[in-house]
Amino acid sequence: MQFDSLAAALAMNGHGGYVWSVYLIAALVVVFLLLGPVLRSRRIMLERLGQLRREQAAQNKEVPLASGS
Amino acid sequence: MWSFFHKLGSPPWLYAISGKILQWLLPVTLLLLAVGAVWGLLYAPADFRQGNSYRIIFVHVPASVVALAGYYVMATAGAISLIWKMKMADVAMRSCAPIGAALTFLALLSGAVWGKPTWGTWWIWDARVTSMLVLFFLYVGVISLYEAFDNEVAAARACAVLSLVGTVNIPIIYKSVDWWYSLHQPASIKFTEESSMHSDMLAPLLLMIVAFYCLFICSLLLYMRGEILRREGTTHWVRKLLLDAGDAHAV
Repeated sequence: MQFDSLAAALAMNGHGGYVWSVYLIAALVVVFLLLGPVLRSRRIMLERLGQLRREQAAQNKEVPLASGS
Repeated sequence: MWSFFHKLGSPPWLYAISGKILQWLLPVTLLLLAVGAVWGLLYAPADFRQGNSYRIIFVHVPASVVALAGYYVMATAGAISLIWKMKMADVAMRSCAPIGAALTFLALLSGAVWGKPTWGTWWIWDARVTSMLVLFFLYVGVISLYEAFDNEVAAARACAVLSLVGTVNIPIIYKSVDWWYSLHQPASIKFTEESSMHSDMLAPLLLMIVAFYCLFICSLLLYMRGEILRREGTTHWVRKLLLDAGDAHAV
């Protein structure tokens, strides 16, 4: 390792603020790129699943009415 | 070859194969990113001129390289969508735009932060930085254009044309540091001659470039899967997939 202590690694001879902030932003971008599409897919799936269940429920209601008449 | 091309046009096949690829590519990507970041931050030697501020290179260069490569992917998908009217090419084009925009944003921001300790300024209007800003606007333009149209076919055609026209910017970005000598340093990694970086610095940089390419592929596949579900929501295979997933979740 290039640094003697954690404090030295954080300080990086005065450049720590620049370097660590870039890595933090990069981590946030990685999370956005991987979690963003997963959450979007999940939202689309749940919306479509809700529609399908409503359609199925409507169909199930219609069947006894049709057989009763 | 042609059968593979035909398979690529099939939404159920693409959805299934992307799920299988992501199962192993996602953990590999996260591992590569973690190893590359720790290597670059803590184990790579400091630069004799820039000190530790140069460690930003392990984020800045991979983000820039993949943001540019992503534009080629988007423009190629746009061309395929325009010529062969392939729906999955349109899905790929649309999925590339937010990823490219995020990576270009990261490249610009990391460059600005790196610029302060090395150049003494956050921003300069030099050719490389300005052409990267244009790349960011091109990605944002494609995203906005998709949102602006109600008709998806017309949106796909307009976005394909925009992304193809925008390819003129890519060689300008690549060659800007050679054509216009400014504050931005020339390329450190060269294919035709020896790189100007020491191998102790080059190794983690190459690892991070590979990691960012893997990140791009993972994110692209994830975005494409969502877009496939959105577009194919009324088809039989998506209905079955959703109902099976819903039943499994309910159990």
